Amino acid sequence: MATQILMPALSPTMTEGKLSKWTKNEGDKVKPGEVIAEIETDKATMEVEAVDAGVIGKILVPAGTEGVQVNTPIAVLLEDGEQAADIPNALFACGRPGLSADAPKEAAPVQTTATASAGSAGAHITNRDILYAQGKVIEPPVFDENSYTQNTVTMTVREALRAGMSEEMRKDESVYLMGEEVAQYQGAYKISQGMLDEFGPKRVIDTPITEHGFAGLAVGSAFRGLKPIVEFMTMNFAMQAIDHIINSAAKTLYMAGGQLGCPIVFRGPNGAAARVGAQHSQCYASWYGHIPGLKVVAPWSAADAKGLMKAAIKDPNPVVFLENEIMYGQSFECPSNDDFVVPIGRARVEREGTDVTLVAFSIMVGKAMQAAEKLAEAGISAEVINLRSIRPLDTWTILESVKKTNRIVSVEEGWLYAGIGAEIAALVNEHAFDYLDAPVARVGAKDVPLPYANNLEKLALPQVDDIVNKARELVNK
Amino acid sequence: MASVKKAKSDASSAISNTSKIPEAAELKQLYRNMLLIRRFEEKAGQLYGMGLIGGFCHLYIGQEAIVTGIQSVQEPQDTVITTYRDHGHMLACGMDAKGVMAELTGREGGYSRGKGGSMHMFSSEAKFYGGHGIVGASASLGTGLAFAHQYQGDKGVAVVYSGDGASNQGQFFECMNMAALWKLPVLYIIENNQYGMGTSTKRHAAGEFYQRGASFGIPGEKVDGSDVLTVQNVARQALDYVRSGNGPYVLEMSTYRFRGHSMSDPGKYRSKEELEKAKAERDPIEKLKALMMKELGMSEEDFNPFEKEIKAIVNESAEFAQQSPEPHPDELWTDILKPVEA
Ligand SMILES: Cc1ncc(C[n+]2csc(CCOP(=O)(O)OP(=O)(O)O)c2C)c(N)n1
Ligand SMILES: [Mg+2]
Repeated sequence: MATQILMPALSPTMTEGKLSKWTKNEGDKVKPGEVIAEIETDKATMEVEAVDAGVIGKILVPAGTEGVQVNTPIAVLLEDGEQAADIPNALFACGRPGLSADAPKEAAPVQTTATASAGSAGAHITNRDILYAQGKVIEPPVFDENSYTQNTVTMTVREALRAGMSEEMRKDESVYLMGEEVAQYQGAYKISQGMLDEFGPKRVIDTPITEHGFAGLAVGSAFRGLKPIVEFMTMNFAMQAIDHIINSAAKTLYMAGGQLGCPIVFRGPNGAAARVGAQHSQCYASWYGHIPGLKVVAPWSAADAKGLMKAAIKDPNPVVFLENEIMYGQSFECPSNDDFVVPIGRARVEREGTDVTLVAFSIMVGKAMQAAEKLAEAGISAEVINLRSIRPLDTWTILESVKKTNRIVSVEEGWLYAGIGAEIAALVNEHAFDYLDAPVARVGAKDVPLPYANNLEKLALPQVDDIVNKARELVNK
Repeated sequence: MASVKKAKSDASSAISNTSKIPEAAELKQLYRNMLLIRRFEEKAGQLYGMGLIGGFCHLYIGQEAIVTGIQSVQEPQDTVITTYRDHGHMLACGMDAKGVMAELTGREGGYSRGKGGSMHMFSSEAKFYGGHGIVGASASLGTGLAFAHQYQGDKGVAVVYSGDGASNQGQFFECMNMAALWKLPVLYIIENNQYGMGTSTKRHAAGEFYQRGASFGIPGEKVDGSDVLTVQNVARQALDYVRSGNGPYVLEMSTYRFRGHSMSDPGKYRSKEELEKAKAERDPIEKLKALMMKELGMSEEDFNPFEKEIKAIVNESAEFAQQSPEPHPDELWTDILKPVEA
């Protein structure tokens, strides 16, 4: 049967072009892939190749024609044995696509049932991630933390991180730990101390200094069902690897239509340590918090560290786990029960209050707690929220608190510009504007690369008094 | 026939020259598989021209012998990963032409339900791990597949494709280092089609691609990638070497891309003569056809049934890719994260 050859597009934006040359004449035989014509736009020249075999029956648009619309028939192709005279008249008509590009049918809806209405109990929310993506404010996952706090042991954040990893590695053979100095050196910050002895070199793996490579390697292994924990000596060095964290780990599930998961944990100390200068001190919470397809957590206490670590390893998605070097040595009470798993997406109210909400994560939770003490001395009752998770953010808990206190200060160690505090300000603005008695306030690092000098570093990083002063401004006391 | 162009890297080669011409049935299978890729890609180009395929669309025309030859000697447990120039690899892995074409048109019936596009398709069933749009990423991710093969002890080999341009990326070297250090079962294929976009290898690469692993002790070989039997023979031996626990191997496949880099390619960086010469001398399908005519005494007409079978498959895929509906708007929200099991 005779078919039309249509004016092709060189790019999705091309609408017309010049048919500069025919390399075949009427009556010529053509094979698939053979060049039959050349077309030109202001940007490029392209050859038009025959898709089917046949004979050029009729050239509809002569060489040299300018402004030929895409999809206009430019020639008629005959099957072997057909004559030009056999060409149905309809095929000479211009401006009509030859192939039946019928309007697509409506696809069947998929189960995304965004069922939860604000106020429904957390336990009954299905498809939580869809609701988060849609910006809905939903109750955080159910978690009866008090049932775990009866039996606790005192441990450092370092020990808690190790315990979290080790417990999960004992349960699941597919979990392994990889990074620089994690094995024989026992961890640059001794997080993995003793783990090589317990789990052996197959599962506790020293890498070369090659962050981009081993992050990609770990992601590839997660595509095959392994569950890597990738330690970055600090998160600053993960900038070498951020392409794989974002492009390969975070986006693949979506790009694969749900086929290929990536259960992986990227962890390491984040933010400022003590006078290590600008290249070793950055907070990446807002960087990773920006990315759909990632979960991001930032523990403060030992309980956070252990409970979130276990949640991160069990999670079938990529989790960025932001630790803090200064916190490693600090001790807290930590639930001793093996089942203590802190659900990602649930914040913790560390201290209740009525006058102002201080919302913080990681090391800044401690600073906010100190600030709350000082504020109490001044007669101001501050509520302190430990975010625990950066993404998904427990918007529910933040908003409930603001509705009670009517004032909020966001505290983060990183720069304010496009930071977590900016996100919280937007959230409160959108959902609790009418409850506010004062504008949302933010405390964070000064907008400079972190200096080395002791006095300058202190000036650059948020201090307890900065939080106290901001809170006092808001309550006018 | 099927001789390996000897160009050993400093590390010792595991490849021998000897090979015999396969049985008629196997030759026909190779021919058919290459033709499927060729005709599929031509159809994709056509649908692109009609505006039914959007964005980037990198065709594999001219390079068909590489993936066809290698795939023909793989074991079922082996895994494959490549770049954005991936349609041929998917077809070679046995993925359904309909699903691939429908992904190109961004429809519900596509492998990624229309959410990935030309550069991002996957099939864990076919052990095809993408489809990656970041130049160089497949090398690291693929080394990770090899890590998993070793960790799980499944005797699989990861077949990892990169372009000549990609093999300049730092991560390629980072991963060859780890692969050699840990003796990972990975076969690195560098598809040297002479250009990274518009930059010729002469202008972007120092030294030889097959020697890229030499400093890590990885043997390498330069192979005529337009000759499917050579590719097959070399790949078989390289896969044996890797599977036996010797660590990685590098194969540089010398080839030529007959089409533009993507669809909109001004083509100013290479001459018409060069392109015509390559098409005349290095067309893998024509070369195999000539061999089959000589060795099997086949005539032109004897190849018609292949065309007929392939045309039906390709037309069916194009039909499906247009009939399949666009994804439901709700699909926007699915597959961002996997649900956490309680
Ligand atoms: C990291 C990165 N840089 C640049 C690009 C843009 N880009 C896409 S393909 C390409 C050329 C790659 O050439 P090569 O590796 O030889 O593969 P080929 O296209 O020839 O198959 C470039 C520069 C990209 N996708 N990713
Ligand atoms: Mg190339």
